[in-house]
Formats: sequence, C-alpha cells, structure tokens
Amino acid sequence: MIPSTSTPSERTPEALAPLLKIENLSKTFGGLTALSHVDLDVFPGQIHGLLGENGSGKSTLIKILSGFYTSDAGARAWLRGTPITLPIAPGYFRQLGISFVHQDLGLVPELSVVENLRISTIVAGRGPLINWKKEQAIAAETFARFGLSIDPRETVDRLGDTDRALIAILRAVSELGDHRALLVLDEPTVFLPKEDTDLLFRVVKELVADGGMSALLVSHDMTEVLEHTDRVTVLRTGEVQAHLDTAGTTDEQLVQLIVGRSLRPAKQAAPTNTHHAGAVARVDDLVTGHVDGLSFDVAAGEIVGLTGLAGSGFEDALAGIYGATPATGQLTLVGTRTSLKDASPRDSLKTGIVYVPADRKTQGGVGELTVEQNVTLPVIGKFRSWFGLNAAGLSRRAEEIAESYDIRPRNPGALFSTLSGGNQQKAVLGKWLQDDPQLILLQEPTQGVDIGARSIIFELLRTTAAGGVPIICASSDYDQLAAVCDRVIVLAHGRPHAELTGADLTHEAIAASVITSLTETPALLKESVS
Amino acid sequence: MTTTTAPVTSTDAAPGSPAGPGKPGRPAMPARNFWLHTERYALLIAWLVVIIVFSITLPNTFFTVGNLQNVLGSQAVLLILALGLLFPLTAGEFDLSVASTLSMSSMTVAVLNAQMGVPLLPSLAAALVVGLLVGLLNGVLVVKFKIDSFIVTLGSATVMLGLVQWMSNSSSVTGIDSALVQATVGFRGILGMPLQFFYGLIAAAVILIILTSTPIGRRLLFVGRGRQVAELSGLNVNRLRIGAFVASGLVASIAGIVYAGSLGGADPSSGQSFLLPAFAACYLGATAIVPGRFNAVGTFIAVFFLFTGVVGLQMLGAQSYVQQLFYGGALIVAVALSQAIRRQSAKAHK
Repeated sequence: MIPSTSTPSERTPEALAPLLKIENLSKTFGGLTALSHVDLDVFPGQIHGLLGENGSGKSTLIKILSGFYTSDAGARAWLRGTPITLPIAPGYFRQLGISFVHQDLGLVPELSVVENLRISTIVAGRGPLINWKKEQAIAAETFARFGLSIDPRETVDRLGDTDRALIAILRAVSELGDHRALLVLDEPTVFLPKEDTDLLFRVVKELVADGGMSALLVSHDMTEVLEHTDRVTVLRTGEVQAHLDTAGTTDEQLVQLIVGRSLRPAKQAAPTNTHHAGAVARVDDLVTGHVDGLSFDVAAGEIVGLTGLAGSGFEDALAGIYGATPATGQLTLVGTRTSLKDASPRDSLKTGIVYVPADRKTQGGVGELTVEQNVTLPVIGKFRSWFGLNAAGLSRRAEEIAESYDIRPRNPGALFSTLSGGNQQKAVLGKWLQDDPQLILLQEPTQGVDIGARSIIFELLRTTAAGGVPIICASSDYDQLAAVCDRVIVLAHGRPHAELTGADLTHEAIAASVITSLTETPALLKESVS
Repeated sequence: MTTTTAPVTSTDAAPGSPAGPGKPGRPAMPARNFWLHTERYALLIAWLVVIIVFSITLPNTFFTVGNLQNVLGSQAVLLILALGLLFPLTAGEFDLSVASTLSMSSMTVAVLNAQMGVPLLPSLAAALVVGLLVGLLNGVLVVKFKIDSFIVTLGSATVMLGLVQWMSNSSSVTGIDSALVQATVGFRGILGMPLQFFYGLIAAAVILIILTSTPIGRRLLFVGRGRQVAELSGLNVNRLRIGAFVASGLVASIAGIVYAGSLGGADPSSGQSFLLPAFAACYLGATAIVPGRFNAVGTFIAVFFLFTGVVGLQMLGAQSYVQQLFYGGALIVAVALSQAIRRQSAKAHK
C-alpha cells in the first residue's frame, strides 16, 4: 500500500473541529504544580506531538487521560465535540475510544504474535472458543495491508524491537473496535534505529490518514517530532509554551521553547577522545546495551556526567563498565588495563570499582532485611570472628555509616523498607562508599529522593570526589548533572555527541544539547570530532 | 501420593520468603512489639497448649516419661532432614529430592554393609558421598542450565527412587552392623534419650550458627531475598546456590544414615513419607522465632509440635491417616498464616 502523501499544509485543521479538546487542565501534587491551565486541541487525521523535557508535565497529562491521576477541578474536555466527564475513571479510556502504547509496549514475549494481538479478547473471555485460524488470518491480513512481513504465529520474543512496537500499535488500535478516536504513543520509539522509526510512523500515518483517528505522540526527541508530526505542543514546567504547526517550525524555535532560553546548540564543544591531564580512569571502545563505542576518561577527583535521550545508551554504560551486563571494551584504572569482556561485579569490587544502581528496591537493597544487614553486605567477609560473625563489629560499622551518611532514623536495626527514599539512597551510598573505592559509578543517584536528602547526597559526592576519587554519574536529571558534575558527556546513538564543561554546565544547556542530540546524524558527528 | 501436595501449595509463597516482604525481623516500632512477640512465640505457645490439653485428657498414656522420651527421641531423622532443607529454602530454591536422597543414603549403607560386607565406616562415607553428589548435580542443573529447582529436584527425586528400587531389588535390606544401631538408638544414659536425639540437637545448633552467624548464612539470605542485590554486591551467587543444594544433599544423607541406624536396615519406599513433614516443619518454623524467615529454632519447635499433635491424636484413637491430615493441614495453615500476618504488618506500616 502506498503511504499517505498528504502533507500537513494541505489540510486546514483550523477549519475542522478538534477531535480531542482539553481546556484549563491543572494538576497539583501536594504543593507542587505538575500541570497549569493546559489547553490542547488535537485535530482529526493528524499526528500531534507533545514535547518537553523530563518533568515538563507530559507524563502527568497522559496519566490523566488514562485515568491514573485525577485532574484538579475546573478542567474540561471534549472528544468529537462530546464533553468527557473529568476525572476519567481508571481504565475508562477504552470506552471513550482512546488507547495507549507505552514505552514498555506491554507485550507478553513468550506468547505468539496473534495471541498478543488478541490478548484483550482472551482476557475478556468472550465466546466459548477462540478460532485461532481465523484470528491468524485477520492478523496476516492486517500486516499485509500495512506492507509488513510479520508471521502471526511467531513468538514475540523472536521478533525485533520494531516489529514489537508495530504489534503494540496495531493491537492498541484494534482493541478500540469501531469507536477509535485517539492513539496515544508514549515514547514507543526510543529504542529503535532511525530507519525503523520511519517505518513505524509510516504505519501510524496510514492509520490516521482517513481522518477517523488521531495520534498524540509524547516525545523527548525533537527531531522525531519535527519529522513526523503535523502539529506540536511544547510543555515546560507544566505550562503550555506554544501550539505550532510543525511545518515551518525550526529546531532553534523548539529548543528555545522547551528549554526556555535562547541557546545555540552549536556552541557545544565536540566530544574529545584525547587524554585529559591527570586522568586516573579511562574507558575505551565500550559497547554494551545501547552503547556503541564510547571512550572517555576521568581525572582524579573529577565527576563526569553521562546523559542523553532514552535509548541513547547513557543508561546502559555503567552496568557494562561494572560487569553487571555483558560488554566489550577496556577499562584502565590507575594504570592497569582490563578487558570489560571478562568483567564481573565481583572482580570490579575487588579492584575498588563500585556501582550504585538506580533501583533501590530490586538492586540497591533488600527491603525486608535490616539497614545493618544491607549496608554491611559488601564487607561481611571482613567481619569474621573465631565464632562466625563479629556481631559487635558489624553493628559498629552500621552505626558509623548511619552517622556519616545521616541515615534517619539512626537505627541500623530498622528494616530497609521502612526508610524514606532519600534515606534508603543514603544507606545505599554508605553501603558502597564505605570501603575506599577507586572508581564510583552512580546510576540516577537522586531519583525519587526528597530535596533535603538530595542536597546531602550532592555534598557527599563532592566531598568524596575532593578526596581524589573519580566518579561517573549517569543521569537524566539535568539539574543534578549541572550541580555536581565537572564535565557532562551527551550520548546519541550510543556514541558521544557533545561534551559540556564550565559555563555550559547549566540545566538549560544540557537540556538543549540532549533534545537536539538526534538532529545530526552519527556520520556527520564523526567528521566534526576529527 | 499425598506428599505431592506440599510443593504445589508452597509455590504460592516463594521459597525465599515464606512470609514475603514487609515482615519484620526485628521490632521497628514499639507499637508493634506486642504483636511481634506474640507472633514470635505463638508456635511455642501452641506446642505447650497441645501438650497441656493432651496431658489433661490422657493422663495415663500421654503424660508419661516414656511418652516424652518417645516424642523427643524419635524425630531425629525428620529434624535433621528439615534442617538441611533450610539451606535451599533460604537461598530461594526448592529441594524436593531430600527424601529420596535420604532413602538412597540409607539403602547405600544397607546394601554395602549388610549385603556386600563392606565395613561400616566406608559404607557411611559412601552414603555421604552419594548425598554430596546428588546435591551437586541438582545445583549444577539449576544454576548452569537455568532450570527451575522445583522441576530439577522433582526429576532427580524420581530418578533416585528408581535407583533405590534397583539397588534393593524393591525389598527391604536388613542386617546392618549393630554398631550403627547402637550409635543411633542405643545408649540411653542421658535422660533416657537415644543418641539420635542429641544428633538432632547438634544438627540444629550447627545449622543455627551457620545460618545466623556466618558470612555464608548472611549471603544465602541475600541470594534468596534479593538476587540482583546479591549479584551487584559481588557475591558469587551461583556458587552459593549450588552450595545450598550440596548442603541439603549432604545433610539429607546424614539423615539417611540415622534412619538406617534406627531401622537396623533400609527399605526402598518409606523414606518418601518424610518429604511433606520436612517442608511442613520448615514453613511452620518460619512463622516463629524470626517470623518471615526460615530458621533453625522455629523448625526444631515445629517438628516436635507436629509430632506431639499426631501422637496425642493417635492415643485418642485416631487412625494412622491422621498423620497425613495433620502434616498436610499444618503446611497449608502455616503458609496461610504467614501471608495473613504479612498483610497485617504491611497495613501497620502505612
């Protein structure tokens, strides 16, 4: 089938009634405003981009549509001109004709394509028997209509990321039946290569082409929005900055709207592969997860930040360096070079490399054990006595950690799960930093942490670095990167895209660099490096 | 076979956490101390209540020194077996092969010593090697081939059952060196108790210390409760998991030796009847002393609580099937109780 050839300019959305209309939508959490008087018009047959950085309110808006959050009083919404009662009851979106494709896609990898497509029928248990032959035929027909070669009998875990995303999209649409209205795409493409993103949007364009449906695309990635949407709404700190026709909108305009300040991305220094003076840790040719050839070094006492869009690889680099996930490349630490192929957490710890994972609940600590048991786990072998464990020594160590990392309540016997997020994080830091590490790898060190604990943790990191320890911090929190880092490397497509230092280490500059990180192709980038 | 109900029931509560997350190991808030203490000693209190009730109703048969010696002195095999099971359960794994390992160990002793005339000590050593190898095989299959321990040990248990039938020609073997019999049920010098009672005590003490007061015990706990945390903390998770199976295999073979000693021989099938009671004792024990955690003292109390109930009911005239009802029921009640308490304490947190 030929992709839709209509361009946004050929249609005149203003002449049409909006398919989804939202007015005066606000949401406050406690005293914090997540959304403030947001208006939104999505016109039929269009792909509408919703753009903004982390914390701009995009997710809150989506979660209100899905009924996960209730909106504040005063908001009004219409679908095809019919008022929608707000707040939307959880799960009611389907009856309204709205469906969602989230980043995790929500597929069951062990089941076949056709089983995944019909999962709601199966769950609803309508009809005594499922005619799988018929279901397969319907699925095959749908795929053929969009020019896709997916075998409906294949199990999903044998498919590539793109086919999975397509299946999730087609399922979301098919579940709406005849009253389809709005397809919400919540960053479903972050892990896809560029060519595949194009294929995916070609399918979405065909889906909305007949004007019976619209798509709302939530994204961090400016390039994707510029290329594939008809209109775009930019949010910043919960407020609408602009509604624009995508055609005729430039990168610079969008960056300015998203970040809130005029910045020239070109100002960034090109990433360097040269040795910095006094580097004590160096990573060469790292390949792991979405990282595809990353080299950088860290000086004694330096804090280097890694960031980028989701899927750029910044989230995967540290686990690879630590040996927690398969990786290739080399790590040189105080003159000793090791291959990352053979790295394991065990060996990394022996050489003084520590990795503080982002997920406190499943990776950092065990909730149903005590703070003392958690913080002393890495050093438990050093607390032997003639008769098993040196219990007194262990509890003294735990008390010392609680004291120097300000863990509250100051009771190492308390269960780890009873601590607040900030105190859990302080405990996890104490667990890892207690034993004079040679290199510290931090993954999102202040995610879900209150402001007080956050500043204590920043202080801790600075003091630790001041002692000469190199630190690498992977984060998508630009304020945090700006506050603690001496240098920030922005990744795109698994490679270094830009390096920010000195006066460029501001929230705005980092954000601008990240959201434009996909506007240049990797090939061009390489040239600018040399 | 009634014993197969045990694992099916217990899969609902993951083996690593009999009571699931959120269960306190130590008091965190004074307000919850009362409940915690009640919970901790509930099983012990229940045992005392059972003793008192039967003592009042059966003053001439139950409330006697002879019966006390019977109750305490006859449960060593089950106790040792259940204690060994604590290692894989703590590491978050099932070992359904412990009863078959016990049978195989006792049959190895009987065949080598009684039928083939091998001296006693080499026969015992061979039985221990059998236990070690079974544990090693289970562990390697689970860890290296990434197969669910439930399936691996169900398979190895059945294979061993077949091997035992083959070794023994499907019939009982008697005539084991009387030295082993003496060393198990003989010498009633201390409190009139058979020696095997003290073996059970020693096993409980040793495993209590290993699980609570050594780095290995602490590490096993983390492997069972948070495998990712353990891995990222640099623990050799795979070696610990294999080690847990080796430990349960070895301890099961020790239980098999004691069993052979107490019978003076071995029979190919009766060892299977220990499987469900061993699981029941571990899960029931995990509701006591350190609620929410598999623990040696709780297991010790549970073994004797369950057997006291069975003995009392049988003295009241119940048929022998009451044993299965009691053990099976106890397992379900134990798991249900710990789930209920967990929900309660989760509420108390909010």
